[in-house]
Amino acid sequence: NAIKRISKEKLLATLKLWGDHGQEALENAHVCLINATATGTEILKNLVLPGIGAFTIVDGHTVTGEDVGNNFFLSYESIGKNRAQAATELLQELNSDVSGNFVEESPDKLLDNNPEFFQRFTIVIGVQIPESTCLRLGSVLWSASVPFLICKTYGLIGYMRLVVEEHTVIESHPDNALEDLRLDQPFAEFKNHIESFDLDNMDKKDHSHTPWIIIVAKYLERWLSEHNCQPPKTYKEKEAFRKLIREGIRKNDNGVPEDEENFEEAIKNVNTALNPTKVPSAVEDLFNCEQCKNITSQTSAFWVMLRAVKEFVHNEGSGSLPVRGTIPDMIADSQKFINLQNVYRERALQDATVVSKHVENLLQSVGKTFATGVFLSHDLLLFCKNASFLRVVRCRSLAEEYGVDTVNKDEITSYMDNSDSEMVFYLILRAVERFYQQHSRYPGVYNYQVEDDISKLKLCVNSLLQEYGLNVNIKDDYIHEFCRYGASEPHTVAAFLGGSAAQEAIKIISHQFVPFNNTFIYNAMSQTSATLQL
Amino acid sequence: MTEGFHIWICRRMLVYLVCRMAVDAGHRDGGCDWDGRWNHVKKFLERPGPFTHPDFESSTESLQFLLETCKILVIGAGGLGCELLKNLALSGFRLIHVVDMDTIDVSNLNRQFLFRPKDVGRPKAEVAADFINGRVPGCKVVPHFKKIQDFDESFYRQFHIIVCGLDSIIARRWMNGMLISLLSYEDGVLDPSSIIPLIDGGTEGFKGNARVILPGMTACIDCTLELYPPQINFPMCTIASMPRLPEHCIEYARILQWPKEKPFGGMLLDGDNPEHIQWVFDRSQERAAEFNITGVTYRLTQGVVKRIIPAVASTNAVIAAACALEVFKIATSAYIPLNNYLVFNDVDGLYTYTFEAERKENCSACSQVPQDLQFPPSAKLQEVLEYLTENASLQMKSPAITTTLEGKNKTLYLQSVKSIEERTRPNLCKTLKELGLSDGQELAVADVTTPQTVLFKLNFTA
Ligand SMILES: [Zn+2]
Repeated sequence: NAIKRISKEKLLATLKLWGDHGQEALENAHVCLINATATGTEILKNLVLPGIGAFTIVDGHTVTGEDVGNNFFLSYESIGKNRAQAATELLQELNSDVSGNFVEESPDKLLDNNPEFFQRFTIVIGVQIPESTCLRLGSVLWSASVPFLICKTYGLIGYMRLVVEEHTVIESHPDNALEDLRLDQPFAEFKNHIESFDLDNMDKKDHSHTPWIIIVAKYLERWLSEHNCQPPKTYKEKEAFRKLIREGIRKNDNGVPEDEENFEEAIKNVNTALNPTKVPSAVEDLFNCEQCKNITSQTSAFWVMLRAVKEFVHNEGSGSLPVRGTIPDMIADSQKFINLQNVYRERALQDATVVSKHVENLLQSVGKTFATGVFLSHDLLLFCKNASFLRVVRCRSLAEEYGVDTVNKDEITSYMDNSDSEMVFYLILRAVERFYQQHSRYPGVYNYQVEDDISKLKLCVNSLLQEYGLNVNIKDDYIHEFCRYGASEPHTVAAFLGGSAAQEAIKIISHQFVPFNNTFIYNAMSQTSATLQL
Repeated sequence: MTEGFHIWICRRMLVYLVCRMAVDAGHRDGGCDWDGRWNHVKKFLERPGPFTHPDFESSTESLQFLLETCKILVIGAGGLGCELLKNLALSGFRLIHVVDMDTIDVSNLNRQFLFRPKDVGRPKAEVAADFINGRVPGCKVVPHFKKIQDFDESFYRQFHIIVCGLDSIIARRWMNGMLISLLSYEDGVLDPSSIIPLIDGGTEGFKGNARVILPGMTACIDCTLELYPPQINFPMCTIASMPRLPEHCIEYARILQWPKEKPFGGMLLDGDNPEHIQWVFDRSQERAAEFNITGVTYRLTQGVVKRIIPAVASTNAVIAAACALEVFKIATSAYIPLNNYLVFNDVDGLYTYTFEAERKENCSACSQVPQDLQFPPSAKLQEVLEYLTENASLQMKSPAITTTLEGKNKTLYLQSVKSIEERTRPNLCKTLKELGLSDGQELAVADVTTPQTVLFKLNFTA
């Protein structure tokens, strides 16, 4: 127990971000890394530190002096050893709670002899792997529904591609999320609660400690009765509404307004408070997905719960999602705040109970039965609480990206309207892979090759553009720059990608926060980046 | 980037060349390099390219400059600092100093990858330096288990570039002020060779930023103070009389009950002592029960008492990588440095935004423009004090105000020494006129946010 406590204590700062259930998902995850280059070990470092359950490194390479030069998890003594083994030893040392494993084999060999090997992992991260291997592995993982994250550091360019058919997110943790206060359509218990306040006949102390939500609700009632039941909409109307609230501030015997911070808060919050309650369009889109329409015995919990929420919206919810049940902190005395909070909380619980009934009915309809109440679980409460923020990420497969008929030409050409956009690096990286296929080496690895390789790489660029019928202009300077890189993997760029890729892996594993879709390019020369849909 | 920056690069290169010759004449420490070790770095130093800085010249000498001459200071050996040290060491920098006043806490272990459970309680700077020097042969990280304020100008002047990985805005501003104080002006013109570039990184949760500051030439920390929102504390009256959140209850136990009840023989509250946390937790629960507040947990108590901010290894890795890369660009001229501010956020996808933060014409730290204070003679000193602490572009913490009256130095208000505070407190209620101050009077203000006193000119308004 003492050990468990230490484990938890060292996680205090990260638990604040993804909670115990996120941590549990992490601790149950088994991550596969292909190739322990600098980029690979930096990614794993950032996953081992917060405590993934296990990792397995697949790498058939022998450590060279060059490998040790840019990799913190290889040492001079490891030169000549297998790279998977050497890196596992030094990574394992970071966290004794993590189980480190290695396979001294190339991914191609494994794909030849034992492709099922890769299906056991929560996510596979492939680093610095050639295109042909990527495509083979990509199709194996796609059909097994194992998420695949491809990473490459090439000189001062970082590249990441996420390949996952469907990834659902309950807790997306949006920045600046709107509150769910239902001021525009107060539910019965909230209405009763508002009525229990009489602003005009309160003593001074109560008046200045009434939560702003009540104040806005009260003045909104008055406004509606005076404006034909229309809430303030335009800027001018909202200003008039603010003025109305301001007039409600108590005045002292000399007619000077008192300092009532709760009223100031009410005035400040008018805009957000008047936001109409509605189902966000992103959630509406999810309601219309096939997975939500056709529930079968194979449907995952996410889609069953989503469908149940949809049923709630169309029936008991009268067009609205279940009440979220949280309110922000505000000026108020303890009692008034807690009472108001409980009104929302209890309603949220009631709504979730109704949703759970729908879950039961749905499961029954596909031949699954559960005892009453089982589904009013922590998961369902979490789902209802996050109903406005649900997200589903669907990436295209590598086969679609590479197919001559399915390539996303529009995305490429519209980015290439600006010939300095990050898209140019994507295209040259593809050309560099073509170079590798033709010459069995990367361009410009040795100083003497740089000049000659520029024209050779240019041929690859042109044949790529021709094959896909892309009419775009790629500046010679960029082709030259890539030959200058000579397939180098500078540690700083590897470390940038190491941080970014680890975070995306954590999103995939924890089903929290939203992963990128589907290609990320980092340009370290200018410290800029772009996310492309390819 | 500005023309001045080019001049600066040229001057710095001259200094470098002289240093390099001195090194060449002396000994060369190449004993620990093995075949291929610097291949990844050399591509950027030995090859010309279309996107290099205009002053870049490819040569085999540049690597020797990194290895033997270029001296870097890293401030902070925490989440960012550990990453910075590793990144610099693997980019070819060997003469690195690191300053950090903290010791290692258990809660650091899941991000600060140079520390192990056996190191808990030891100085971060020392453990980090030992680890890097052991792992990266030839690297000579020199640790300083000290505060940045313990060093003077002569210490800071020895470095070519300074990188900050701090979580404190006050320390950042102090460092910024120090580098500005090193600038020399000849007839009002900045001498570029007196500039020491400052690369600054910061993170919180999944957000971070990295920036390049050329003191006196580009926007400094104080120029953009609005970008750092002041830390919001719970109002005392909420904590004392109307708690609403579990945090309010914990703060009540921590701030009010602990000093009053003096448990454990009157010891100071130690966030690392489980018995202390348990005490605060128990009191917080009692208080929460009294007000029907739910959600007080042991862990929340720990988080509030230790002021733990959400943090994760991956964001530190990203920001430190960007910072170290900028150090490399500036030290080698291999590329034009970031101009000058990068924002990173990976809550929803991966998002970066690069922009040029602008200098503030009348920045109190770097502008050399005298600062004005506009007050009527009837204003009280208290109002001046509030202005200094609350104004978004000043945000001082505990300003000490002195002036010269009838040829004598007079302290109008000083908070940090108890006896002087008591003696000068009555001045706060006096008007500027009553204090004998006149229009155009100079007020010297000292504060923890700057190593130098800031001079303000008092302008009376009607
Ligand atoms: Zn400034």
